[in-house]
Formats: sequence, C-alpha cells, structure tokens
Amino acid sequence: MSNAIEYLGLSVIQFVRYIGALSILFAQTVYWIFTPPFKNLRFLEQAKRIGPGSFFISSLVALFVGMILALQMAYQMQKLSSEIYIASVVAVSLTRELAPVLTALIVAGRIGAGITAEIGSMTVTEQVDALKAFATNPVRYLVVPRFLALIVMLPVLTIFADIVGIFGGFLICVFKLSIGPAMYFTMVVESLVVKDIVTGLIKTVFFGMIIALVGCHQGLTAKGGAEGVGRATTVSVVTSFILIIVTDCLCTAIFYFIFKT
Amino acid sequence: MIEISHLCKAFESNMVLDDLNLFIKRGETKVIIGRSGTGKSVLLKNVIGLIRPDYGSIKIHGKEVTNLSEREYNKIRMEMGMVFQGGALFDSMNVADNVAFILNEFMRLDEKTVRDRVKDALALVGLKGIESMMPSELSGGMKKRVSLARVLCMEPQIILYDEPTSEVDPITADAINNLIVEMHDKLKVTSIVVTHDMNAAFKIADSIAMLYRGKVIAEGKPDEIRGSRHPVVQQFIHGESVGPISEDEHLVFGHIK
Repeated sequence: MSNAIEYLGLSVIQFVRYIGALSILFAQTVYWIFTPPFKNLRFLEQAKRIGPGSFFISSLVALFVGMILALQMAYQMQKLSSEIYIASVVAVSLTRELAPVLTALIVAGRIGAGITAEIGSMTVTEQVDALKAFATNPVRYLVVPRFLALIVMLPVLTIFADIVGIFGGFLICVFKLSIGPAMYFTMVVESLVVKDIVTGLIKTVFFGMIIALVGCHQGLTAKGGAEGVGRATTVSVVTSFILIIVTDCLCTAIFYFIFKT
Repeated sequence: MIEISHLCKAFESNMVLDDLNLFIKRGETKVIIGRSGTGKSVLLKNVIGLIRPDYGSIKIHGKEVTNLSEREYNKIRMEMGMVFQGGALFDSMNVADNVAFILNEFMRLDEKTVRDRVKDALALVGLKGIESMMPSELSGGMKKRVSLARVLCMEPQIILYDEPTSEVDPITADAINNLIVEMHDKLKVTSIVVTHDMNAAFKIADSIAMLYRGKVIAEGKPDEIRGSRHPVVQQFIHGESVGPISEDEHLVFGHIK
C-alpha cells in the first residue's frame, strides 16, 4: 500500500515537474520570438518542411475519414430516411473536431518525432553545446522557428483537411447515396457556421504549441546516445498524443460554455 | 589570462572537480592530462560556461564569470572558441555554413568576404574544396579540422580543445599539433588543451597540469612533468597498466589463459 502511494506521489511530482519544464520552455520561446534580430529564413525552412511535407498524408487521412463518416452516418440516417443530413454531420464533425485532432496527431507523429530525433541527436553529439559555445541560444535557434512554423502551418493543414474531408463525404453521398452534388454543398454551407471553423482552428494553434514544445523539450533533454534519442522520440510522440487529446477536451468544454448560444 | 580557484563540481554524489586550482597565462598553451572521467572535459565546459560550478571562481581576463548571466557570458564567449571532442559540426549545414556560422549569425558581412574567410580558415587547417560537403561525408580527422576552422573563423583570443587528436591518424594528429603551436606562436592565442596523447602534450604544451580525482596533482613545464617523481604522473605518462592509479581505482585487467 505504501509503495503504491509512493509511486503515485512520485508520478505526480514527475508530471508537475514536466509541465513546469514545458512552461519554462514556453516562456523562453515567447521571449525569444519578440527579441530582435529576427531570422525569417529558419522559420520558412521549418514551415516548408511541416506544411507541404505533411499535406499529402493529412489530406489522405481526412479524405478517408470524410468517406467513413458519411458511410457510418448513412447506416443510421437511412433508418430515419434522413440521408440529406449526412452532409451536415460530416461538415460539422470534421471542422469542429476530427480534422483538427487527426491533423494534429499526424503532425505529432510525423513532425514531432522528427523534431525530437533531430534535436536529440544534436544534443547527444554536443551540437547543442556547440551552439551555446558560439554564444547562440538553443531555444532561439532551434525552438523558435519550429514553434512558429507549427502554430502557423497546423491551422493551414487543418483547413485543407476540412476541405478534403468534406469532399470525401461528397464522394460517398453523391456516388453511393444518390444525393445531388448541389444539395450536398447546400447542406454543408447551411449547417456550417463561422464558429465551427474558427473553434477548430483555434484548437490547432494550441496543438501546434504542444507538438513543438514537447518535441523540442524531449530533444534538448535527450541523454544516452542513439538509444536515448530513440527513447526520447517515443516519449515525445506519446506525450504529444495525450496532451493533444486532453487539450482538445479542455478546449471543447471551454468553447461549449463560451459559444453556448 | 584564466584564473581558476577552488573550483568544485559534482554530479549527484560524484565529485568530479574537487577544489581545483589552475592558472593559465595570456598566450600560454596549457595542456590538461588525466585519465578518462577525471573531469577534464567538465573543466573546459566550466570555463566556457556550458556547465556552472557548484563552488569556486573562474576569472577570464580578470573578470569573474561564474555568476554572469547567459547574455553577459555570451560577450565572453565571443572571444573564446571550443573544439569539441567529436567535432560537433552542425549536421544540417554544409562545411562552408558550419565554418561561417559565427560570421552569419553575428556579423553583417557580404557574401564574398564570408566566402574568403571560410576559404582562409579551411586552408589554415589544410582543407581545400570541401565547402559544399556535408559533415556526414567527412572522416573523423576532417571533422576535427573543420571544427578547428570554425573556431579560427571567429578569431578568438582563447581556444579550448577537447581531445583534438583523438580518433585521427598520426599524420593528421601531428598536423593539428603543429597548428596549435602555430596559433600560439603567431597569433598569441591562449589555449587549454585536454588530451590523453602524451606525444601531443609534450609537443604543444608551455605547461602541463595533471588532473587526478578532481584535483591538479602535478603542474609544470613538459620537462618537469617528464621528470616528475610523482608515481601517479609516472604511471600515466608512461601508460602503464600497473601502478598507483590502478590500485586506487581497483583496476584489474584480465589475461588470456
């Protein structure tokens, strides 16, 4: 019993310490974002890597999710002879929830892992020490461009995922469920309101922060050679996934109360 | 001039530097010798501020640096360069961008000037036409030399070398040693060199300090160290497996039956 309490206590301390470390990294990142001189080239390099690099995979997933969603809804809606509302359900659930979260999870797996592996290998081969020795702050040099690129590119990827996902639903509705194309788009436009899209995009900004901060933090604290970098990469992906889902829940609850009417 | 007094640094319960005192005159090449794990690299990292000591003082050109903020320390770092053990070249950049790192980050120089300075720095370390190569395409020795060129490009007053001749062939090692001697003779650079390589130590040093159990146990000119009667120094410089160090550290080497 005492062992279980001790374990629980240690886990809580570790969690609080981890959140503290992420908060410190966040504060340092914000400080360096607003401290000149600004190096736009590094941001653009990262944005190119994150945006166009993840576009295909996030769009592909969104396309299939849109199709799956339409098919699953058809299963229920056909019983009620309400197939016409499938378009509305696809559009709203994609823009509010599925596209932001799935895009964030894909980017966390693809980019977050890459960030940790890259910065982690720099840490264990003393490249991060070399940056410091050359009077260069690693947070400014490594974290800031990735942080900015993620909070800019994740919403962009989500907008594309929204569009492609709705198109996936369109394919099923038009070619399988015999709903007219014009009717589908009318239902999508009528059911969607600006807040659906905006709340989805606001979430992605937080998800982008999480992916960048967790990925960079794990990389900067990696220890123990190749094995340590591998371990840090796994922890980075798992932690990002958990924090994205928890943040999504919090954001959804907050938006529910703010935009209740 | 670097003055280190009563420096202590522990990692958890492991006391790596224990009341260490060392004085390096301006323009002097001080070689630090000692077994692996005696804190030689930790000492260098304390000097350049990558690790902060638990106790003690480090004065660089008369200025106490242990309590400086990162921003203030960066001003000191602009006058210092460090050649890391594995080179620590930035993987994502080619050789030219690695060597020009400090120029691109802190100086507003035109492209031609940067290119010329990179070329000159690489020529100093005996490398030509490798500007577009990536670090992954270089041998261990070339990485070391590019790392040295990167430091030379910033024209530092102090250079810290962490095992500059490890993992390189004897000819390259000698070339690097000659370069360290030239830096001393022509540019009057103050250097701290950490090495196991006794040939290199005797060749480049103005003075040698032996680190053992976190302390300097012997210090003097190369000839004084060579003639030292201290049994630990004797065992180390002659590279013998049997002696006081082995007894102290309970080192037992096996034999083929």
